[in-house]
Amino acid sequence: MATATAPAEPTVPAEPTVPERNEHPLLLLTARRLGIGVITLFVVSVIVFWATEVLPGNAAYAVLGRNANPARLHALERQLHLNQGLLAQYWTWLSGLFTGKLGASLANGQPVWGLVEPRLINSAVLVFVTGLIGTVIGVTLGAIAALRKDGWFDHITSVAALTVTSLPEFIVAIGLIILFSTVVLHWLPAVSLLPPGTYAWSQPELLILPVATLVIVIVPYIFRMMRAAMIEALESDYVEMARLKGVPEWRIVLGHALPNSIAPTIQVIGLNFLYLAGGVVLVEYVFNYPGIGQGLVFAVDNRDIPVIQFIVVVLAAFYVCVNIGSDVVALLATPRRRIPR
Amino acid sequence: MAGDQQIGVDSAPGPAGDEVRLEVRGLEVRLGRTGPDVVSDVSFTVQAGQVLGLVGESGSGKTTVVLALLGHARRGLSISSGEVRVDGVDLLQLSAAQLRAVRGARVAYVPQDPAAALNPTLRVGTQLNEAIRVHPGAVEDPGGRIREVLQEAHLDASPELLRRYPHQLSGGQQQRVGLAMAFACRPALIVLDEPTTGLDVSTQRHVLDTIRSLCAAYGVAAVYVSHDLAVVGGLVSDVAVMYSGQIIEAGPTAKVFGDPLHPYTRGLLSAVPSPLQATRLTGIDGQPPRPGRRPAGCSFAPRCDYATEECRSQQPEPVLIDARAVRCLRVAQVRESSTSVAAALGRAATAADEVPILSLRDVAASHGRRPVLSGVDLDVPAESCVAVVGESGSGKTTLARCIVGLHRNWTGDIRFEGAPLTAGTRDRPRQVLRRVQYIFQNPYTSLNPRKTIGQIVAQPLEQYLRLGYRERSQRTARALADVSLGADFLSRYPDQLSGGERQRVAIARALVVEPDLLVCDEVTSALDVSVQAVIVELLRGLQSEHRIAMIFITHNLALVRSIAQSVVVLRDGAVVESGPVGQVLDRPADPYTARLMQDVAKLTGAGTPGPSAPDAAASEPAAP
Amino acid sequence: MVTGDAPALPPVAPPPAAPPSATLTGRHPWLSVLWSAARTPRGVVGLTMALFVLLVAVIGPAVSPHSPDALMTLTFAKPSSQFPLGGDFLGRDVLSRVLNGGWLLLLMAVAATAIGIVVGAAAGMSAAYMRGAPDGIIMRTVDVILAFPQLVFALLLLSLLGPKLWLIVLAVGLSHAPAVARVIRSATLDVSERDYVKVAELQGMRPAKVMTKEILPNLISPLMVEAGLRLTYSIVIIAGLAFLGFGQPPPAANWGTMINENRIGLQLNPWAVIAPAALIALLTIGTNTFTDAVARVTIGVDRRPEEAAMLDDLGPEQA
Repeated sequence: MATATAPAEPTVPAEPTVPERNEHPLLLLTARRLGIGVITLFVVSVIVFWATEVLPGNAAYAVLGRNANPARLHALERQLHLNQGLLAQYWTWLSGLFTGKLGASLANGQPVWGLVEPRLINSAVLVFVTGLIGTVIGVTLGAIAALRKDGWFDHITSVAALTVTSLPEFIVAIGLIILFSTVVLHWLPAVSLLPPGTYAWSQPELLILPVATLVIVIVPYIFRMMRAAMIEALESDYVEMARLKGVPEWRIVLGHALPNSIAPTIQVIGLNFLYLAGGVVLVEYVFNYPGIGQGLVFAVDNRDIPVIQFIVVVLAAFYVCVNIGSDVVALLATPRRRIPR
Repeated sequence: MAGDQQIGVDSAPGPAGDEVRLEVRGLEVRLGRTGPDVVSDVSFTVQAGQVLGLVGESGSGKTTVVLALLGHARRGLSISSGEVRVDGVDLLQLSAAQLRAVRGARVAYVPQDPAAALNPTLRVGTQLNEAIRVHPGAVEDPGGRIREVLQEAHLDASPELLRRYPHQLSGGQQQRVGLAMAFACRPALIVLDEPTTGLDVSTQRHVLDTIRSLCAAYGVAAVYVSHDLAVVGGLVSDVAVMYSGQIIEAGPTAKVFGDPLHPYTRGLLSAVPSPLQATRLTGIDGQPPRPGRRPAGCSFAPRCDYATEECRSQQPEPVLIDARAVRCLRVAQVRESSTSVAAALGRAATAADEVPILSLRDVAASHGRRPVLSGVDLDVPAESCVAVVGESGSGKTTLARCIVGLHRNWTGDIRFEGAPLTAGTRDRPRQVLRRVQYIFQNPYTSLNPRKTIGQIVAQPLEQYLRLGYRERSQRTARALADVSLGADFLSRYPDQLSGGERQRVAIARALVVEPDLLVCDEVTSALDVSVQAVIVELLRGLQSEHRIAMIFITHNLALVRSIAQSVVVLRDGAVVESGPVGQVLDRPADPYTARLMQDVAKLTGAGTPGPSAPDAAASEPAAP
Repeated sequence: MVTGDAPALPPVAPPPAAPPSATLTGRHPWLSVLWSAARTPRGVVGLTMALFVLLVAVIGPAVSPHSPDALMTLTFAKPSSQFPLGGDFLGRDVLSRVLNGGWLLLLMAVAATAIGIVVGAAAGMSAAYMRGAPDGIIMRTVDVILAFPQLVFALLLLSLLGPKLWLIVLAVGLSHAPAVARVIRSATLDVSERDYVKVAELQGMRPAKVMTKEILPNLISPLMVEAGLRLTYSIVIIAGLAFLGFGQPPPAANWGTMINENRIGLQLNPWAVIAPAALIALLTIGTNTFTDAVARVTIGVDRRPEEAAMLDDLGPEQA
């Protein structure tokens, strides 16, 4: 404080002692989350392994069913490594995950990776295209509804959001099919006739209905959160203060309200990506879309254990990554949490 | 008609000249467009360099008035009529764009809670810049002006400060940033909404000094809203007292506070505790009416000792009497009856040789790894009250919680009637728990909202004493009567009660088991001044009547004399000074105590301005 | 804020006498919440929709004109006076199948919700109140389970143990538990910090009693809202599983299965799909809307008291 002082008196009283804080909360958080993520994945892998290999008894017997005879059982057991100890089996599987030796599908003998890889890409396309479109629409609608709070736009969109979030996604899918492909209009194909193994972009019109379904399903959640966060920002003390400073409305929205609405909305966007990972199952099934959702359903139907295992682990890994990602981004958007005093 | 009586006409001209910078006439604010009025018929003027104090308790409408000075009304309210003229221009007639140009540039606002008023995601520098850049042309050299204004607010004008985010500043620094933002465009009028609430005493003093010197230097008119009469008394030359949406008395501070004429003002002043003398505080019974529930006549009539039939049916208009405007039909009669001098409190003789009921030796406590208390020695004589005084961060609440067992992380020796106490509540015998009772600060969270008052007060009887139903009912009713709550409260729920009533329930709950030691942790900090007086006086009476020892924790030095016989001063977790109240406060041995006594805002007696009043400012050395 | 010396509350004191709160007090606060919610517009709409479907599902089997399994007409027959909704993919009466296809779905959904709420709330409350090690363990487990999408989790279990109905209920119920645990844990943490809980501890009350007498009554609102949400999700997931083929074995009538079975005949007789789909939609929209009404009622009343108090000097009108 570079001001002259009367001799016996301090200028401004000493600042209250500040508790020591982490120097880099961002790094620390990321590291912790990564650690927990790895552990989670590990636990997931154990559970999956236990559930698929151990629980139903002898897997080979389950697969062969009535066709089991000692010779065939023995051969299948060797193929599935069932003749080794449990731990050894687990280790074989786990290391296989990392080295790419994923075994072969029990249904058709093909290597697992070859089966799953195109499906993975197809689903990824679905998830990311949906995520992008859904985020943009949801954020925009939510912001507008917040700005015109209690107006007709707000009422209509809020009611619509409430209605749509209640619907199961397969009903939304069926509804779209009825509307656009079979009963009312006949613009779009109801089911894709892509054989498994092809890539979705070879016939882009097949993407439209599945993406539309998923977008309709996730937009309301993003919309609601954005709206609530914006409203809270617009009604906050600092926005009132800005208004009393004479700041024009557009600047208040873009410079004050929006930056503060991002963090909670990011969390919801992340959650929606997670949701998509699961919701993709039903939608792919309805539209016969060759993604991992459909793959999982087929594998479950056929008790194709190696495929089941792999897909579930991939989904779990996706979950963990998205969780970490959204936490980190939210932290970046909240200076109060990432910069210590 | 009321517009004829205006305030401030008789005060001495401020150092910057006589021109009127703010003129308010007939301001009225309503709920919704046509609902009941929240503020009605408010008129006053403020001259250049002058600070007008706007004083009132919660519900009086003072914040609403002051926001209207910027042409702003909170959600659900609307300004329905009146004029607000700043340098001759009526803000209420301006278009939205014109109003935006005026806000920040000609009229500026300093918020109550600076932490909430600063955007947490924008840097301090950005927000300071914003205050200037949204008014293009108002300032020639924004960078230079920012540096200038930061220095005037006694902040370090370095780029480092500007790069910080609000949460990286202390409360005092945040408030100074708020001040700097307000003065950035050199406005004609500054509106300050309780800007020193939550700051500790010395910071508060410095902020007030800064405000006064800036206003004088730039000829700025200011309106200072506060519930704290002592703070206002030392700062402003004129004051207006608000009650139930109207100004009921206004005039020079020395007159209004020295010789109040309106019954409410009198009641309010006799509720204000003084750090200089031990007085019996008297509150005002009842509560102010809510908007829409105001009585037909004078809104204070239901609580007024002088009220007549005429008062209840007719709205009083301001009457100019003895340099003030007073809204009271009976003002002449009130003036006749002398102001009751607050009764001085006799000091109870404390037997010094008796074993203290509670004694602490070398107590140290911490939160996690952070030390909060160290080397605390304390004695509480039986049947006497010890005040523990300290600013925020001093460790006083932690001390209370260690004593009572809510905080376990402490070392040292705490003895209750000679027997040592264990760290937590789990190992203490039930009878010991019963005899030491604790009252929390926040009356809104200390009562379970899902229980009735009767259940709440009777619960300790079940837990500690296992009494039968009939005995429980009797003792519960008696406890409520002791705190002046009728039997009809038994079946009510907490959210039907006011803050003062809730705190009384908390006191009843503590006393119903007949404890020997009562620990009161800032029990009046969340209450209005007049309610605080009632509670403090109630506690004092109960303490002497039931012969209980009491530890009264507070940050408000002024309360100490009105309730305690001895006082302990805490600073940063250590005891700085302790002893009988008169000795410690009149002849402090420690410089910290001396500084606290010097800095605490004082409402002085009739006629004499306090040591920090505007007139005396000229003779002080330049404000640090 | 909760570390040691909280700075003194700003003495901008609270408004006098808050208005009597009609809901949430009295002997059965949850009843009064439901009643208040039922009187709002959303509440009325939601309740009507849900009750309508409930009626159809419960009374349906008794008023069904034909047997749901009997082959009575042509495959995908168009609606006629004898068969108002036409025939399904095997030629059975769609109307009869619709009337019979709901009650089990509802029963399973309610059961799954109950499991999810009880397990989740118990876990969440204990984790929050006990703190320390139990809290860590419970919440890590929650995180792991939440790493599975609910549907995938159920599918996994079913694929291995067979599509037994009780297993579906259990799987769906358990998959709700983590989300419920999280919500209840944070609500409990909030409540257990309140001073009146500390008062009970000072009185020597044991933890179990504190949880039931002091904390639980204050968790009614989040519990009710969660129950409503979980019910909606249960219906969605169980119907979805049925759609995928994991429901009652054929030829049992089941709305979810019906939608899947009759998809191929959409061009011929869409009602075989539209009817069950519309009923599921009505039900879920109804339960969700009513839950929203309940949430709105409780938000106003259960606002944190110190927030309600800290409103500016205007008073409760502004609340």
